[in-house]
Amino acid sequence: MAQRTVVVASASGLHARPAKLFVQAAVKAGVPVTIRAGEKAVPAKSMLGVLSLGVVQGTEVTLEADGPGAEEALDTLAALLSRDLDAEEALDA
Amino acid sequence: MPDRSRGERPPTPDRGPRPPASDGGPWEGAAGRLSGLGVSQGRAAGPMIRLADPPELPAPRPVADPGAEAATVAKALEAVAAELNRRALAAGGEAAEILEALAMIAEDPMLLEEAERLTGDGHDAAHALDAAFAKHREALAALGGYLGERAADLDDLRHRAIAAALGLPMPGLPSPGHPYVLVATDLSPADTAGLGPDVLALVTEHGGPTSHTAILARGRGLPAVVACAGIMDLADGTVIGVDGGTGEIAIGLTESETAEVGQVEDARRARLRTSRGPGRTADGHPVRLLLNIGSAADLERDAAQADAEGVGLFRTEFLFLDRKQAPSFEEQVAAYADVFSGTEHVVVRTLDAGTDKPLPFLGLPQEQNPALGVRGLRVDRLLPGVLDTQLDAIAEAARRTGAEPWVMAPMVTTVGEASDFARRARARGIGRVGVMVEVPAAALRAGRLLQEVDFLSIGTNDLAQYTFAADRQHSALADLLDPRQPALLELIALCAEAGRRAGKPVGVCGEAAGDPLLAPLLVGLGVTSLSMAPVCVPAVREALAGLTLDECRDRAQAALD
Repeated sequence: MAQRTVVVASASGLHARPAKLFVQAAVKAGVPVTIRAGEKAVPAKSMLGVLSLGVVQGTEVTLEADGPGAEEALDTLAALLSRDLDAEEALDA
Repeated sequence: MPDRSRGERPPTPDRGPRPPASDGGPWEGAAGRLSGLGVSQGRAAGPMIRLADPPELPAPRPVADPGAEAATVAKALEAVAAELNRRALAAGGEAAEILEALAMIAEDPMLLEEAERLTGDGHDAAHALDAAFAKHREALAALGGYLGERAADLDDLRHRAIAAALGLPMPGLPSPGHPYVLVATDLSPADTAGLGPDVLALVTEHGGPTSHTAILARGRGLPAVVACAGIMDLADGTVIGVDGGTGEIAIGLTESETAEVGQVEDARRARLRTSRGPGRTADGHPVRLLLNIGSAADLERDAAQADAEGVGLFRTEFLFLDRKQAPSFEEQVAAYADVFSGTEHVVVRTLDAGTDKPLPFLGLPQEQNPALGVRGLRVDRLLPGVLDTQLDAIAEAARRTGAEPWVMAPMVTTVGEASDFARRARARGIGRVGVMVEVPAAALRAGRLLQEVDFLSIGTNDLAQYTFAADRQHSALADLLDPRQPALLELIALCAEAGRRAGKPVGVCGEAAGDPLLAPLLVGLGVTSLSMAPVCVPAVREALAGLTLDECRDRAQAALD
């Protein structure tokens, strides 16, 4: 079981645009990934699940996956979470 | 010009005094009329299309083949996602982001699994979808705050999925391939996220002057009429004229009239695009035109186009949304400093939240009657630390930027509250302290309030709600929330007169301030500044420039009589 623990950097936590980008990346990852915040764990490719974690900026979350490609998938997703995706949006605008 | 010699002028029933038409003459070719509440200035004409109502869920039917039901469920959700993605592509920008996120919810594997499992238990596709959405809706609603609001999005998706499963036309925005007037019972945020350039105007049967439709329309500069009884009874394709100022709907315009409306409206918009400079009446009486903003980003995006004279309402709530803990002092300082360095004059409103606008970190208990509960400054009774930290942060941001922000508190009711707030703000070196007047009790004591504070800012939306005992969101009570109501105007006049005597500014920052028909009236009552959404500034500036102060006073007097 591969694991990464990362602090969510986006200003709005895992809602709105950051949640969308994260779930899109999880769908692309090719391996089933679980995201855990506290007691609650949900599939990373479930938008409703990810929203329901209620993750705010600064929350520590754990990503888990198994099998071939798991390490790479988790690296990609962990890197995404550790960036402030809201700030990047501001730069886009 | 349209040929007005043909045909009889249709009889116009006496509707009592009406505000002047936005531009151009009366609708002479109309075969009939309807009347609603004009909430966003401008005229448009074109064929109307009704937004389909949500489908009714039929009685459950016995299921012979659960596999077929499960397949219908999957296909329905796919169709919903595909439709939303298609609209996202057409919309672009921020609206596309919202629509894509909605599509991803429709494609959510947990939702699909749950609905498929329910078909296995013997539910038909429509009921399985209904129950699966209901379960997730409850989970989101239970989280409250921002996520609670997303529950409404789930309702919209549920309606779409059920329609798809039943083989009914998908509710949601039509895309007929030509410009049209969008007509609906009411509009949800999900409906309006993808509003394209082919929508000429909005007309809704329900809704009031502060409803979502009204605010959205003003934000986009679209003519809009709400609370228009009978509009949903007209057939799709009927050519209607919409006057977003008077609230008049003309049915069955001629082709030449339709074309003329378009030309006059284009000319009006072109004029507004070049409008610049400070607010003045025709005889030079100054009226400060200010902006309502929520963040520095709003200021950067919109301020140049509006050419306003500063910020009359800086809402600080955005910093606090989605939070389980209050934002830190440093984070607040940075956000306020961003705004202070972007404009010379800014009025900051301290946190306006409470049981009516719940924020998770406040942890306030639920109330029977949130509008009359702990909200605005009243939160300070339970959690004094929040306001103290915010005032500290505002003062520090002012020091760092060299700005001199004005600071005001929302939902002030008594003189005691005002003096306590003023004392705490001034102790931190904040030079100009004011209060919002949203409660009739405060308006009645305006003179006494101005002995404690330096300025008043009238929030007309809440002041109307509390004066008329009418919920802001209640569509059946829209007439009571009409800002032209004399009792509301009288309270505004009371505040303005108190300001004149004290030599202190009294502004309006509610929706009324951004309405070009009401703005002159407010100025006539004695209001010294108007704060509004950036898009409203040019039309208000032009409206004031067209009238002398005495003419504004005449209008105010006529409205009070």
